[in-house]
Amino acid sequence: MVDLSIDLGFLKLKNPVITASGTFGYGREFIPFLNLEELGAITIKGLYYNPRKGNPPPRISETPCGMLNSIGLQGIGVKRFSEEILPQLRNLKVPIIVNVCGEDDEEYVKVVNFLSSKKGISCFELNISCPNVKKNGKCPALSPEWTYNIVKSVKQNTHIPIITKLSPNVTDIVEIALSAQEAGTDGISLINTILGMAVDIETRKPRLANIFGGLSGPAIKPVALRMVYQVVKAVKIPVIGVGGIYTGEDALEFLIVGAKAIQVGTANLVDPCACSRIIKEIRDYCLKKRITKLENIIGSLVIE
Amino acid sequence: MLIDSVEITNKEKWSEWILLSLKSSKIAEQAEPGQFIMVKINDFFYPLLRRPFSIHNILIKNNKPAEIEIFFQIVGIGTSFLSEKQIGEKLNIIGPLGKGFRLGSNIRNKKFYLVGGGRGIAPLFFLAKEIKKAKGQPFVFYGAKSKRDLPLLNKFLQENIPVFPSTDDGSFGWHGFITELFEHELKDNQEIEKIFACGPMEMMKKIAFITQKYGIETEFSLESILGCGIGACWGCVLRLKRNNMENWVKTCSEGPVFSGKEIVW
Repeated sequence: MVDLSIDLGFLKLKNPVITASGTFGYGREFIPFLNLEELGAITIKGLYYNPRKGNPPPRISETPCGMLNSIGLQGIGVKRFSEEILPQLRNLKVPIIVNVCGEDDEEYVKVVNFLSSKKGISCFELNISCPNVKKNGKCPALSPEWTYNIVKSVKQNTHIPIITKLSPNVTDIVEIALSAQEAGTDGISLINTILGMAVDIETRKPRLANIFGGLSGPAIKPVALRMVYQVVKAVKIPVIGVGGIYTGEDALEFLIVGAKAIQVGTANLVDPCACSRIIKEIRDYCLKKRITKLENIIGSLVIE
Repeated sequence: MLIDSVEITNKEKWSEWILLSLKSSKIAEQAEPGQFIMVKINDFFYPLLRRPFSIHNILIKNNKPAEIEIFFQIVGIGTSFLSEKQIGEKLNIIGPLGKGFRLGSNIRNKKFYLVGGGRGIAPLFFLAKEIKKAKGQPFVFYGAKSKRDLPLLNKFLQENIPVFPSTDDGSFGWHGFITELFEHELKDNQEIEKIFACGPMEMMKKIAFITQKYGIETEFSLESILGCGIGACWGCVLRLKRNNMENWVKTCSEGPVFSGKEIVW
């Protein structure tokens, strides 16, 4: 018997495997492929207050062991979400994390205000790091002050715990993480996608209509792992590792460097059963290594 | 819709054109013409994303749907790797996915024009067979660059499905675009119930333009770069007009087949 449960302090998970926002739709798309209640938690695709059209296509371009996307957070908005999706999700025995977006600082507060009164949301994840919605990949998570301001104003407006999702496209990730911590975020998730681009040499056009997009998938795992390691050492709050996790081994690397939980993103698109498989692979590792409580492995990195 | 690891039971190859038969009775039972499957090309991360293939045919064995077929052209790294797979190897696939062609309930003695350009012919074989099964009359327009790009010609003829072929270089059939041959035939035969098309965007656009004059219902199977194929990533959107509003609509779960009236050309 292995105890895979994780206590984030503000949220208890039956295992550390959470779906990453934008790669798991609104959850229901995956019902044919896995038991949603088996997951540590589900993160919902980013929500603005109003429905959002997103970016023109092409929105996706494959890269070696990864992909670029510039979806641009197309979505149904908070009203349709709370009327059509949330009533189905809240009956599941799995925590629901809602990824919150905003065109400006006020919109984050507006979304959180609207959703805080609805039953069934365990946590908010502040998406201050999407590279596809403003020109040149600009987003609040590139600035410690901007990050601080949004986290602070959201925190003042909700009783629900918040996780802040950080961008890797910065000079000093630790500075941004400390800023989010100081503003009162309950947890941090990182990394969002890495800003990139690709060109079709036949047409000499960018492969994405948006020119730039966010790189994700196995290709980015080493970058994510390094940044998680740096942030874990600097902050006191729980860190959730995201970026290129495809196997149980990948997930364990993040836990060993100190992430308390992990998110699975692009892997869901390739293998809709990925989360289920990763949970099994983590359990198998624990059995093999005679680890009875997974939490004991967190931050157990050996540096000689 | 299910995920399955399936065996390749047959493979046929004509230069850059490949046909694979895949053993999956469950997907074969559920599949409708115009639907597709997502294929994991390799077990490792390159290429990372699955590739979509429309269901080309259903094979019946012992009176039961037993296998599905895909037909494709080698165009990039995904199809190139896939073309190297051999009989007996396994592929991980998801399907059947998406919304296919809508035939309507009583199609007895009704005539249908099916227009396929290049690899766009793939879903039309399954569709033509279903039309025949329901006692309708399919007529297939099959256009390609050259004679060697018409490998499915005999397959249609063996099923007693009439085919109008065309080649851009005049090496077989009508010399010119399939849209010209289509227009030529349509002028003399206007009692057509519905037109289905799949192929290059320019071809489909032309078909939509030609048929507009005659007021015949059309459906098009569109191609897009897909991320997941199951409606989760919103990567594959195309511009559609619905309820007088233009919006980005997911090709994978809302399509890939759309009514000609909805498409913003």
